[in-house]
Amino acid sequence: MNPASPFAPTRRLVLLGAGAGLVAPGILATPLPAAAQAPQGAVIDVTRARTDPIPVAIPDLAGAGDAARVGRDIARVIQTNLRNSGLFRPVDRQAFIQTPEAAAQTPRFQDWRVIGAQALVTGRVEQRGDGLRVEFRLWDVLPETQLQGTAFTAPSANWRRIAHLISDVIYERLLGEKGYFDTRVVYVSETGPRDRRTRRLAIMDQDGENNRFLTDGRFAALSPRFHPSADRIAFMSYQDRGQPRVVLFDIGSGSQQVLGNFPGMTLSPRFSPDGRSVLLSATRGGDANIYIVDLGSRRERQLTSGGGLDVSPCFSPDGTQIVFNSDRGGDQQLYVMDAGGGNVRRISFGNGRYATPVWSPRGDLIAFTRIGRGGFAIGVMRPDGSGERILSEGWAMEGPTFAPNGRVLMFYRESRATDSRGGGYSARIVSIDIAGFNERPIPTPTDATDPAWSPLLS
Amino acid sequence: MKTRLLGAVAALALVAACSSTDQNAAATGAGGTIRPGSQEDLVANVGDRVFFDFDRSSIRADQRPVLQRQAEWMGRYADVRVQVEGHADERGTREYNLALGQRRANSARDVLVASGVNGARISTISYGKDRPAALGSDEAAWAQNRRAVTVVQ
Repeated sequence: MNPASPFAPTRRLVLLGAGAGLVAPGILATPLPAAAQAPQGAVIDVTRARTDPIPVAIPDLAGAGDAARVGRDIARVIQTNLRNSGLFRPVDRQAFIQTPEAAAQTPRFQDWRVIGAQALVTGRVEQRGDGLRVEFRLWDVLPETQLQGTAFTAPSANWRRIAHLISDVIYERLLGEKGYFDTRVVYVSETGPRDRRTRRLAIMDQDGENNRFLTDGRFAALSPRFHPSADRIAFMSYQDRGQPRVVLFDIGSGSQQVLGNFPGMTLSPRFSPDGRSVLLSATRGGDANIYIVDLGSRRERQLTSGGGLDVSPCFSPDGTQIVFNSDRGGDQQLYVMDAGGGNVRRISFGNGRYATPVWSPRGDLIAFTRIGRGGFAIGVMRPDGSGERILSEGWAMEGPTFAPNGRVLMFYRESRATDSRGGGYSARIVSIDIAGFNERPIPTPTDATDPAWSPLLS
Repeated sequence: MKTRLLGAVAALALVAACSSTDQNAAATGAGGTIRPGSQEDLVANVGDRVFFDFDRSSIRADQRPVLQRQAEWMGRYADVRVQVEGHADERGTREYNLALGQRRANSARDVLVASGVNGARISTISYGKDRPAALGSDEAAWAQNRRAVTVVQ
């Protein structure tokens, strides 16, 4: 429940080699030390990797029979993760000299050096009944040292999860900060003509795999947001009759529960960093104000008041401040206030209207949507409003959500309808580095809006 | 499902009403006869919707008569309850537009109440930009979509 305590330190210690332990339900990790184990510490930092991606060789993990296929699949997922981050450059497999099997035994470093690999990933997969044992080692090619060695044992069905965990270890070991690959994204799947859309909650891995639907589409679902434990979601649901409401959704059981007791519509939910309360906007008459609802007592407290539409609140990661969107000054702008509702100050002063603010998990940036004359843009600014940077622009885009390490954003992009029947319209989730490069589509089976990125799952 | 169907009929009937007098529209409305006090009646003989300026939720002077006619019509059919649906165009963000749609629905409701309708007969709901009436991506479509639609319950 408490996001800070049970898993994060354990996972970090286990994966970085302190001892054996469960890193996720059913996934046991054991360190594989080596004679020439390099000390902890980053090889290269993210800023340098953006301009000069780290060349990494990822041969298939070795294995016999079915295990060979799993080894190949795991290597491909790792390669895709690292490449898509924009910070790594997987070395072309065709250039490999040493075979994966031989490399898994003992890497011949000169063979990897001559093809330009700076880091090398080797490993082996064994099938044990319904389970897998996946051994993985990360090597620094120049000094010929092992940076990391870990063996995972898990049910076979979890092979993707293991690939993401390995990807995160590589990211963390080479860049000195946590990755974001063992995460999921919840979003709104949209089908049907635009005036009669079916909007269902769906969930997928961050790379678009393992897509599944969480709601049946009888009632429209919007604005899903993860609880810090990643096992619950808050979203806005059009109920059977009456006002749309913020609803709590348990991913495991599928149970739903209306949050709070408000006379009007409730919208734009966001969990507090400690997971104990939910910020939301509630309408009364023509106004919308921000409230906080305690999940234990279910008591609500009003944080903003007065005429105006106050929506899309989001806590700073330390829980002391809230950024939100309001038209109190005439048009939509971003405001920051203390967590208790006082000391409200406007932070957006650029050209256009500003909306959908989200605070980076690192605390250093707020991402937003900007609506100008020509079109929409996604950008970031510091929490005091300085340093505004636009990352992406287009006809229509909105709804940024941060990766748990604060290095990547997802948002959704809409294309303009080209005829009066709405032909040519589409809505797609994309990801982009917060430096404003490496924008890439996230594959989804349907039109997709309102992405929300989970914390690290383990 | 029922309201959705009525909405589609209403949109068609609105087009008809634009190019003909109220009487003609009543006579030629969907299926021939129109039941007094029904949504079809409202659409054909009164007008079921008012339009708004960009990012605004105040009732325009040219739209007020529609709501006054709706209020008179509700006076005639005392057992009719309505829901006012507020909508926005696509040139805004989803969450803000949900709130904006709510404020538009509320503005329309306020005029109905000020014109004598008991507030207990009127509920409001917002769909933001998520249920456009016109599907194009141009000013003509957006003007149709910035609307509050009165729907008989």
